[in-house]
Amino acid sequence: MAATNVEVWQQATVVEARAIATDIQRIVLEPALPRQAEPGSHVDLKVMIDGEQDKRSYSVVESSEDGKRLVISVMKAPQSRGGSLFMHTLKPGDTLEITRPLQNFPLRVGAGRYILLAGGIGITAMVNMGRVLKNLKANYTFVYAGRNRAAMAYLPELQELHGENLVVHVDDEGTSLKVDELVASADLDTELYMCGPIRLMDVVRRAWTERELNLPNLRYETFGNSGWYDPEEFIVRIPRLGVETKVGQGRSMLETLEDAGVDMMFDCRKGECGLCEVRILELDGAVDHRDVFYSERQQHAAAKMCCCVSRAVTSKTGAKADADPHRGPAVVTIEVS
Amino acid sequence: MTAVQSTSSTTNKVLGHPLNAWYVAGWDHEVTRKPMSRRVANRPLALYRTEDGKAVALADACWHRLAPLSMGKTMGKDGIQCPYHGIVYNSAGRCVSMPAQETINPSATVPSFPVVERYRYVWVWLGDPTKADPDLVPDMHQVSSEEWAGDGETIHADCNYQLVLDNLMDLTHEEFVHSSSIGQEELSESDFVVTHDGSTVTVSRWMHNIDAPPFWLKNMRDKFPGFEGKVDRWQIITFQAPSTINIDVGVAKAGTGAPEGDRSQGVNGFVMNTITPETDRSCHYFWAFMRNYRLESQLITTQLRNGVHGVFGEDEEMLKAQQAAIDANPDYEFYNLNIDAGGMWVRRLIERMLEAEGRLVPTA
Ligand SMILES: Cc1cc2nc3c(=O)[nH]c(=O)nc-3n(C[C@H](O)[C@H](O)[C@H](O)COP(=O)(O)OP(=O)(O)OC[C@H]3O[C@@H](n4cnc5c(N)ncnc54)[C@H](O)[C@@H]3O)c2cc1C
Ligand code: FES
Ligand code: FES
Ligand SMILES: [Fe+2]
Repeated sequence: MAATNVEVWQQATVVEARAIATDIQRIVLEPALPRQAEPGSHVDLKVMIDGEQDKRSYSVVESSEDGKRLVISVMKAPQSRGGSLFMHTLKPGDTLEITRPLQNFPLRVGAGRYILLAGGIGITAMVNMGRVLKNLKANYTFVYAGRNRAAMAYLPELQELHGENLVVHVDDEGTSLKVDELVASADLDTELYMCGPIRLMDVVRRAWTERELNLPNLRYETFGNSGWYDPEEFIVRIPRLGVETKVGQGRSMLETLEDAGVDMMFDCRKGECGLCEVRILELDGAVDHRDVFYSERQQHAAAKMCCCVSRAVTSKTGAKADADPHRGPAVVTIEVS
Repeated sequence: MTAVQSTSSTTNKVLGHPLNAWYVAGWDHEVTRKPMSRRVANRPLALYRTEDGKAVALADACWHRLAPLSMGKTMGKDGIQCPYHGIVYNSAGRCVSMPAQETINPSATVPSFPVVERYRYVWVWLGDPTKADPDLVPDMHQVSSEEWAGDGETIHADCNYQLVLDNLMDLTHEEFVHSSSIGQEELSESDFVVTHDGSTVTVSRWMHNIDAPPFWLKNMRDKFPGFEGKVDRWQIITFQAPSTINIDVGVAKAGTGAPEGDRSQGVNGFVMNTITPETDRSCHYFWAFMRNYRLESQLITTQLRNGVHGVFGEDEEMLKAQQAAIDANPDYEFYNLNIDAGGMWVRRLIERMLEAEGRLVPTA
């Protein structure tokens, strides 16, 4: 509810910063206006990219009872424009502006059974939930999937705390997660909370729907930065406004249109609200829908897209194997409101 | 024993309320399939029952544009529909239908608060849900016990909830506020004993060999027709943090052993009070008067309820006037008397709860 999500900005001091997994930095912050962070909450913070201020969100991995210590963990994003890179430069003593914890992913107390599912860096949103469920002696299974152990943050700590309740899947060890089996273990009383790549979450959502489980019991948070395809450079055109511009690999279509002076409407900037919707007039390539606003039917129709997260890619058929960036950039011609 | 830090004796005129506590949101019969609105601890709630009869408390503000859900209607097994653009939430506060689009926005939720139904009341917990232990509901078993009969009402009192607690912890006011029914000068003259532990405070007062005031004479005659003579009267006030006060009251024929434990020659009632802060300057005051004699008589139940209604009406008027005077004189402080000992222990226990929540506002 909006009232609990009022943005209160404050100073925070970095008191600890160290690597805890491949490309993942654990950062401990001391906020000026401490408040305990509920499980599922995140902070927004101001990052400096090429001398300009921008905003990024990070889940609160851990918070002391009095809220005086907030722990976040940041993965160096592969095609980063610089937000996560900036976070990796932080050292003890540095200060930055952060919000008080914000909540879009609340944990409900009282479900018959819980499944927590973390994929990769999505673990940051799940650690605190796991701790609370453990303290509540709830019936839960904590599933953690990653590419290899070195890249999986907090693995030893989680194993120690959750013991048998933790199930680990590692791609490089041939123990990849089987989503169908996992979802088959859920019943109508089970709540599943997940955070991870959009590909993983889409598959879970489909399995959940097919098994006719309660859709409101499937809870997820999107980090708004992963897709089905690797990001490619592509061209976007708005004939009515005479705009033609190139969206770089590390840039979103929304940002690029804003840079080109188009007056864009938006809110969440992570593919949830649908306010940044644009109409597709013509498409040379395919759309990598990275939002959770459209239904599968709507995504297939490719008549519209959420330009804050979704991208155009060079695939004639829409299959990932058909993507071929060397064939020249995909081109999407759109109309905006 | 751990050392306890005593807070200053400066007395807050407007005391905050702990959030990690069960508060009564309503009588069981008030909460129905038709949603209702009630503000508890400064938080507007939409209260309703599911098809299975389970009571639900959601924040009374839709996620979308904050329209009050209490103006909406219940839907399906356990849902409620926002009256404005039709978003439907389930009893956990999760959106289950978003009419204008094919998917559901994953952050569309409204807070759903833990609820326990007990002693004919619906209790809600607005603080940390991981601490909402049903065993922490204050003991008010007389309200729903087969060994007790009676009924009660709700007063909407225009004052900080603490003023009601003060009022109930010191009954010497009866002599002045309730002179026509239960007041008598022996109240101020008799001695009282205060005891406390970590979460309760008890004030006991015995008056020996006195005339029964009109209210009690009538009750004695209901049990002992034609009764005349002196009585021993008692008032044993028990506070349970943060805002429940049960008062064991009664009279017995003088010298028949009531103070020693034999109450067979008397009548016994329990005044059950639980006060729910509404805003900083108003509260919902739920009371019931229960008795353990003539259980079969609905007439006596009604007479007692009406009698107490009159008595508490006198309190209500005083409390409202007191709050108005407090607000009109912001530069004057409270002073404390010896008779305030019970009320002062109540304040100290509440202040400790607030401190534990990091919400104790220091007195200005
Ligand atoms: C609620 C929430 C919690 C989060 N928690 C964490 C966390 O705990 N740990 C963590 O590491 N990250 C987390 N993130 C992600 C984080 O906010 C940043 O998005 C991430 O660090 C990458 O930022 P960047 O500037 O390095 O990279 P960039 O991704 O370059 O950021 C620049 C902008 O461009 C967009 N963008 C960049 N590349 C693409 C692309 N290929 N396709 C589409 N859009 C693109 C991004 O959406 C972003 O708005 C969270 C995000 C949200 C919304
Ligand atoms: S801004 Fe919300 S979906 Fe794009
Ligand atoms: S305000 Fe409730 S649906 Fe719009
Ligand atoms: Fe009174």
